[in-house]
Amino acid sequence: METLEQIRDRIVAKFGADTVTLITNPGPSAQHSLLLVAHAARDIARFLHDDPALRLDYCSNATGVDWPDKEIVETVKTTQPDPAGGPDKVVETKTKRIQPGCLEAVYHLYSIALKSAEPVIIRMRTANRTDDVTLPSLTPVWRSCEFQEREIYDLYGIVFTGHPDLRRILMWDEFKDHPMRKDYVGPDDYEWEPTPHGEVLERAKAHYPTPPASTSPKSEE
Amino acid sequence: MRRQGVLLTSFAEIYNWGRANSIWPLQFGLACCAIEMICVAAARFDIARFGAEIFRASPRQADLMIMNGTVTKKMLPQVVRLWNQMGEPKFCIVMGACASSGGPFREGYNVVKGIDRFIPVDVYVPGCPPRPEALLHGLMEIQKKMREEPLTGPDAPRYFRKDTTCEYPIPEFGEHDLVPPYNSELWKPPAPIVREGK
Ligand code: SF4
Repeated sequence: METLEQIRDRIVAKFGADTVTLITNPGPSAQHSLLLVAHAARDIARFLHDDPALRLDYCSNATGVDWPDKEIVETVKTTQPDPAGGPDKVVETKTKRIQPGCLEAVYHLYSIALKSAEPVIIRMRTANRTDDVTLPSLTPVWRSCEFQEREIYDLYGIVFTGHPDLRRILMWDEFKDHPMRKDYVGPDDYEWEPTPHGEVLERAKAHYPTPPASTSPKSEE
Repeated sequence: MRRQGVLLTSFAEIYNWGRANSIWPLQFGLACCAIEMICVAAARFDIARFGAEIFRASPRQADLMIMNGTVTKKMLPQVVRLWNQMGEPKFCIVMGACASSGGPFREGYNVVKGIDRFIPVDVYVPGCPPRPEALLHGLMEIQKKMREEPLTGPDAPRYFRKDTTCEYPIPEFGEHDLVPPYNSELWKPPAPIVREGK
């Protein structure tokens, strides 16, 4: 099997330099992946599926990732000479910028024909998280994506164009939210828990602001 | 008299004795607890010893509902509909942590926090999953309840009384949750108690 760099170079040669980026994973698993540009992704997927040296004929897993807007603080250090003649002062200026969030679909591809052991991972990203959430469906290339893309649509809200049957799969059709998004707020059906802690304790306080005096151990003292 | 073949008994006693020893559970499964229920029905634990071996695949022929597993919000209307379709007298055993309280998925967005919000429950069997013996114990509790049930008076079962209904409302799928989230005639939110968390 070719390395990911070789695959990337072949995609670049065939489809153009701006269609693919190699994303490295710094973690110990080191599962690097290829980020495909959405408008060319279907053709690249077809190429990965048909190419005789790759023959990635099996998509074992497709899933979604939610990347919320992230605030990045950059610190720039500048040295300024001290007008009184002392040692130079180091001034830190902090600049904040918002890295816009997006939704991402991740596919793990194997070749059964060539008995590949490691998956080739491809990703696609939507333009933003709110209104431009379409990605091309890869179900026409790998049939096994069908239910998993429906699940991504259901839980993350990515709309796959060209999907044969894009409906919710786990939640009911009338449901409006996308529960796996980081900013999802579930129905507020809190009720009494014997040992509330963490997030549940916060919700408990919101529902029952003052504990009755008779049951609070502190007030008995 | 008994030696002469004459048996004196009340109608309620013989009626209750009869139905307590031929319970037909409804054959359906919701999650992992269902595997344990199947195991109870099979040869090793053998629910047939209690007269309950015929699992009916139709709610019209069943009189015991064993709520065996996680009740998701998407599944709940179907479960309540099955319960409504069962003929009276009918009983409900809740099996396992999920069906009685939501269990490990209690804080999730898609699991009903206990089926007792929507249908009346007779016996709760705790466990995750309960052992087959526990389910058999639950069945014996149901049998005890059947044997002791008076047929008249204020404690009569709901189908003999005029003031109760035997039909339970089926919630609708809402945009964020089930509507209503619980049947307020059956279940009330618990009293406000908050202990300080550690
Ligand atoms: S109580 Fe445990 S075994 Fe039973 S359905 Fe829930 S998770 Fe599964």
